Amino acid sequence: MLDHTTALLAATMAAGTPLVYAALGELITEKSGVVNLGVEGMMLVGAIAAFATVASGNSLLAGVIAGGLAGMLLALVFAVLTLTLMANQYATGLALSIFGIGLSAFVGKAWLGMTVTGFQKVSIPLLSSIPVLGGALFQQDMMVYGSIALFALISLVLYKTKTGLLLRAVGESPDSAHAIGYPVVRIRYLATLAGGALCGVGGAYLSIVYTPMWVENMVAGRGWIALALTVFATWRPARILLGAYLFGGMTSLQFHAQGLGIAISPYLLSMLPYLATIVVLVVISRNPQTIRLHAPASLGKPFRPN
Amino acid sequence: MTIALQQHARLRLQGITKRYPGVVANDSVDLTVMPGEIHAILGENGAGKSTLMKMIYGAVRPDAGQIFWDGHPVQIASPMAARQLGIGMVFQHFSLFETLTVVENVALALEGKFDLTSLASRIEDVSDRYGLSIEPHRHVHSLSVGERQRVEIVRCLLQNPKLLIMDEPTSVLTPQAVIRLFITLRQLASEGCSILYISHKLDEIRQLCDRATVLRSGKVSGEANPAEETPATLAQLMIGTSLPEMSRQPRTPGEVKLAIKRLTRQTQDPFGVSLAQVRLDVHAGEIVGIAGVSGNGQAELMAALSGEQTLADKHMVLLDGQPVGHLDAGSRRNLGLGFVPEERLGRGAVPDMSLAENAVLTAHRQALVQGPLLSMGRIRQFALQCISSFGVKCAGPQAPARSLSGGNLQKFIVGREILQSPHVLIVAQPTWGVDVGAATFIRQQLLDLAAKGVAILVVSEELEELFQICDRIAVLTGGTLSEAKPVSETTIEEIGMLMGGVDAQEGEAA
Repeated sequence: MLDHTTALLAATMAAGTPLVYAALGELITEKSGVVNLGVEGMMLVGAIAAFATVASGNSLLAGVIAGGLAGMLLALVFAVLTLTLMANQYATGLALSIFGIGLSAFVGKAWLGMTVTGFQKVSIPLLSSIPVLGGALFQQDMMVYGSIALFALISLVLYKTKTGLLLRAVGESPDSAHAIGYPVVRIRYLATLAGGALCGVGGAYLSIVYTPMWVENMVAGRGWIALALTVFATWRPARILLGAYLFGGMTSLQFHAQGLGIAISPYLLSMLPYLATIVVLVVISRNPQTIRLHAPASLGKPFRPN
Repeated sequence: MTIALQQHARLRLQGITKRYPGVVANDSVDLTVMPGEIHAILGENGAGKSTLMKMIYGAVRPDAGQIFWDGHPVQIASPMAARQLGIGMVFQHFSLFETLTVVENVALALEGKFDLTSLASRIEDVSDRYGLSIEPHRHVHSLSVGERQRVEIVRCLLQNPKLLIMDEPTSVLTPQAVIRLFITLRQLASEGCSILYISHKLDEIRQLCDRATVLRSGKVSGEANPAEETPATLAQLMIGTSLPEMSRQPRTPGEVKLAIKRLTRQTQDPFGVSLAQVRLDVHAGEIVGIAGVSGNGQAELMAALSGEQTLADKHMVLLDGQPVGHLDAGSRRNLGLGFVPEERLGRGAVPDMSLAENAVLTAHRQALVQGPLLSMGRIRQFALQCISSFGVKCAGPQAPARSLSGGNLQKFIVGREILQSPHVLIVAQPTWGVDVGAATFIRQQLLDLAAKGVAILVVSEELEELFQICDRIAVLTGGTLSEAKPVSETTIEEIGMLMGGVDAQEGEAA
């Protein structure tokens, strides 16, 4: 039974990790006041770029980097359209998702059905021998550890450094930030590119670690969940982490339930992670005061310096 | 200009010109500010004051002309560059971030090491020294408008400015806070800091400033020593003609037209204000004023009275004796309520729609609509009548609302409501951001309307305006309304004390 719990927890971490990367990326973008609905597309493009790199005989690290760059490239297209050419952010983001889905499927034709070997699990000495939790938390692959480190880094930067303060300030009132002399558009570009890169890395985790093979449209709506996570987590990193693992947990639980032969339609079960994550986050984040305090007030509104 | 002056002037502008499409905002403006001088920039809305200040602060580049700083020609490319020269600016619409704390806001404007703890103690030092009490760790959204202004000033002072630009700093302050602001500014000037003080309030400038440069339509129309001028001579320079006089006919209040009875409403907005037990009667032929600094429940009270927010108890608002608390805005208008909201663009009028179309929005009750169809002829006629009776300067009924100046659009909106012959008219900030000529006209219209027996409720931050037109004045602070006092039995100072709350007490202590 304990082994079972450990396995479930370990699977939870793994299933939640792509969401951690993508949602933290979208958090950075949205904190600057830019809403990029292209997460699904950026994740897919990152996934195929990473898979193609690794399947062509390059290292896994090269694959992760390729995934990040691919996501960033797509985000650059978005940034040029919305920040320089003032296109509507929502429409452009939706188009970006559709474009990413199509592009990854087109490029991925050559790699369909191939597999690669993903990252090996790395046990952290001592910690990994803690009963139940040790095996779940400290016997993971490097990208899981990386996502935790990223979470810590982003929390620190966002709330303890001037860079983070500036990012939040630009997201709240670009006019004020401009008035006191900050380059709003440049800051938004950087935030959008960083967000795109992390979405790409999230996609890379799916295609070279989580299920190390290329399947068309393999992100399967996780990009949309990452978007919803960012909003329902009221733009706070800790809640994003919580939401991502909740989704991961429900995903693993659902597999276990199917494995145990519980007599519920598998279609209903596979709805569960999406539904449960949204419901829980909406319920814990419904206080209007906290929403107002953490939401970037200028979200989605174009800024044109005069 | 003498050589000596050139050597010593802190700031000198020579032939500064800025053109925008269709308008010359500044036309060859010359200006000299000496060290330690409090220099007023006086002018109407749209005279080019703000554009000029933005150029000095590096937010806008001049098309022609030269800026000299301490005698040297300079190009001020950005606000950052202006700050490095020693120019600080306190904005009219504050450039603060509401969800951040005071110390975080200040940190964003400062260069150097990011250390919030030591910055907090520096803020406390400066605020003690200049009597600008603020708590460094409070969130800005929880501060009053006066406190926010102090944050802006402290933020500038921490950069040791040699020139401080204040853009309409008193428009949001209580009279007591104004007195204290002046003490701070005089102290600063005595320490050698020059101050550019932008305002259209003649009394303030005569009290505070050493010299005044007057702008009219983008050009310098005169320089003066304000202490030696009268408001009339300054107004002459500012608007080109003398201030229009207002006539006030005697009127006798009749029966109660609008009754507010123990109006209580919890706000849903975390930054909003809850209304508690608000009571007020407005009689026919009477103008009642509600004074107070915005953000003390004005928006909530207006929403509750206009019907934008309906009330749980229908007896909280009575119109002609009839309970209307449960009715929506349209139904209350059907019963003879007229309403002019504070925001002209977006609430009073749809910016991109024409004046004629905007007229229909509330005046469709005047048979401008037949069945499902708009009567284009009648709509045009109504709009034309409004434009001509209320002196609205515009390109015609087809002109989009956003193309009008603030004063002209306000005249149109007030006219639209008055032409519908309301029994009760509620007006929020009737002359906010409106030039002196239009403001006088609008006040006169309200006086004339009251003389015809209409009950009028005016919410305003401008005490002088309320004392000019009202019969009784009440004060709204923190969602509670004081007893309405007859104007003859109260003073601006007394109303100011009621408005201030904490601000007023601190004002006395300073």
